[in-house]
Amino acid sequence: MIRDILHTLRPACLMLVALSLISGLAYPAMVTGMAQALFPRQANGSLVTSGGKVVGAELIGQQFSGPGMFWGRPSATSPQPYNAAASGGSNLGPTNPQRLKNVAERAEALRNTHGDGPVPQELVAASGSGLDPHISPAAAQYQLVRVARERGLDEPSVRALVAKRTEGRQLGFLGEERVNVLMLNRDLDSLAGKAQNTGKQ
Amino acid sequence: MMSAIDFAQLCVFLVLLLGLSWPLGKHMAAVLEGRDHPLARVLGWLERGLYRVCGVDPAQEMDWKMYALAMFLFNMVGFAALYILLRAQALLPLNSVGLAGMAPDLAFNTAMSFTTNTNWQAYGGESAVSHLTQMLGLTVHNFVSAATGIAVLTALIRGLTRRETRAIGNFWADLVRSTLYILLPLAMVLSLALCWQGVPQTFAGAVNATLTESVAYEIPPSADDFKADPTLKPAPVTATEQTIMRGPIASQEAIKMLGTNGGGFFNANSAHPYENPTPLSNLLEMLAILIIPAGLCHAFGRMVNDKRQGWVLIYAMTTLFLGFIVLCWWAESQGVPQVAAITGGPFTGNMEGKELRFGILNSALFATVTTAASCGAVNAMHDSFTPLGGMVPMVLMQLGEVVFGGVGSGLYGMLVFAIIAVFVAGLMVGRTPEYLGKKIEAFETKMCSVIIMMPLFGVLMGTAWAVLTELGRGAVANPGAHGFSEILYAFSSMANNNGSAFAGLSANNALYNLLGGFVMFTSRFWLAIPVLALAGSLAGKKMVPASAGTLPTHKPLFCGLLVSVVLVVGALTFIPALALGPIVEHLQMLGR
Repeated sequence: MIRDILHTLRPACLMLVALSLISGLAYPAMVTGMAQALFPRQANGSLVTSGGKVVGAELIGQQFSGPGMFWGRPSATSPQPYNAAASGGSNLGPTNPQRLKNVAERAEALRNTHGDGPVPQELVAASGSGLDPHISPAAAQYQLVRVARERGLDEPSVRALVAKRTEGRQLGFLGEERVNVLMLNRDLDSLAGKAQNTGKQ
Repeated sequence: MMSAIDFAQLCVFLVLLLGLSWPLGKHMAAVLEGRDHPLARVLGWLERGLYRVCGVDPAQEMDWKMYALAMFLFNMVGFAALYILLRAQALLPLNSVGLAGMAPDLAFNTAMSFTTNTNWQAYGGESAVSHLTQMLGLTVHNFVSAATGIAVLTALIRGLTRRETRAIGNFWADLVRSTLYILLPLAMVLSLALCWQGVPQTFAGAVNATLTESVAYEIPPSADDFKADPTLKPAPVTATEQTIMRGPIASQEAIKMLGTNGGGFFNANSAHPYENPTPLSNLLEMLAILIIPAGLCHAFGRMVNDKRQGWVLIYAMTTLFLGFIVLCWWAESQGVPQVAAITGGPFTGNMEGKELRFGILNSALFATVTTAASCGAVNAMHDSFTPLGGMVPMVLMQLGEVVFGGVGSGLYGMLVFAIIAVFVAGLMVGRTPEYLGKKIEAFETKMCSVIIMMPLFGVLMGTAWAVLTELGRGAVANPGAHGFSEILYAFSSMANNNGSAFAGLSANNALYNLLGGFVMFTSRFWLAIPVLALAGSLAGKKMVPASAGTLPTHKPLFCGLLVSVVLVVGALTFIPALALGPIVEHLQMLGR
């Protein structure tokens, strides 16, 4: 038995080293090479730049709370919302009183600025990653009047921007329709910049 | 709500899964039988080189004890290497944000977790593991733990097909072939597809983005400081930058799915937009989880020279799968009535912990897929699911990960249930049971019982232990029945090598790390080794020709029997525990 173990230990160690080199170094290195050549933008994180400066990533949401901005989903990351160095959800259970309290507070805050109507679900529920970049077209519609009013823009032009940033279901049937909040707000800023010629608000 | 377009998405997923599993099964059967196939012509030099370097003769057959020894030693050497890597990562390169080495108990848990194909993570990926560890430690184990599963399964199939021999194959050959010809090519293709959809793949580290709108927040004083001076106030801070973590994500994401591993690059796992950016990437990831386990059923049918034997297992698995996905989908669409009462208007389902791009169906489907297999990746936070929605993944794990199941381990688990099913049928009619021409006698029945009992024991005893200790209860994040569900889920996950969590549980303490690590160890190797013993015993038997009294194991009757045995064993074991967790919580939610 002992002899068997010693006899097997050698191939076990060598096999681990060899397979580690293949699957742990060669494989990621090869994929990196091909990915950087074929899809350089995605492989580097779909970053958004402005004036040579990185201002975010298209796939990673940011916190927006200004009155002239579209607001994204609540984020439960800590210590600050939309912390892209520590992703995560709230993990609050369905019957946890804290969850209902959060929902009630968020709904109230939304109603204070948007009137007493029904509130879109995803605007009162924290996302799974805390970095969800999207809201539904309905939630964008819900905020549209406020954003247009605060920015002194006419509703049709804001509506056109929302339509431009609305992504349909992928391949026509996959997933949900969605609006990228960061990209929409950047569009708004550049529209405002054009209108007032004063750059970002 | 449960709309037609959601139904279409579910159908497309199932059609793609079943359709693609057929050609893959054909390829895998060729690989595992050591026959010629196209990839052998491309990568054959690498395979032969590996044998030469390691001093292995692939044609040298092993008996079950030698096979088990090689499998076990290889995995334990890998465990030790990963443990050292996790402890020492601070001293090693490719550590862009200067992460520290892991504490001993957490490193033990993590190393055991990845060695056993569990990928339970008591840490947040982006804030605890360097790029070097991700690649050379975790990615490697994602490959070899999956290949180990396929190897053990292959040995069991040989036991069923061979007669009057002690030989059940060569572990090194099975390991190398599974890695090179099954996992590696699929992972290459999938990682590029994922990158196309937006998953980063770079050795560059984090990037700091200037925020469009700065974020004001507060940092609370640390617990120790607060104890010393309770008058301390949280410190107000304004963030003007967002630190965006990147890395070689696509390559790890691909094998994490294909190997049914599930350990995320990021804490949020496949809910993170960098791990799973689009609905299409989500579809590919779900397919990747189940494609090898489903394909192996067809490979099994081919290897036993009766394709119907593979189909019957697929039917049984799909039946169970459909029942569970519909329940989860329905429960999540219903959502939490109290939340709907606050928001008013049209209710679109339980969105807490879910990503908008996936919505209700794709979150419920992913949860069902990941726990039907022993993957454990998540694209939504299971902890925030409705009570019944969260019970679905829990039950799927508790059934022993046999609904498609883990790579290799799912099918050997299902074959054990098939043997139990013919045993039960044999008891009913008073005949010695047979499976695929092999008589099932006392030794086989004992091994099958051990294999089925071990995870059950791990789940219930682990949960009981945690509930009885301060350390176990203190980790709970949600009050009441849901807190118990968090603990039950944790041990259901670890004792079935799944790795998903009700992640509110603060599982990084000595109890969960050490007890959990032990449970993961037993339910991987105390299953794999009895499976090999079973293979050895079956291989030594004669073939019994089928007679009029033989139960045909390719007919709907057997399919129904198999499904019932799986459900009855699970129900008898877990209904009392489930009644204390999700079931009572569901009643509480309705009764408010």
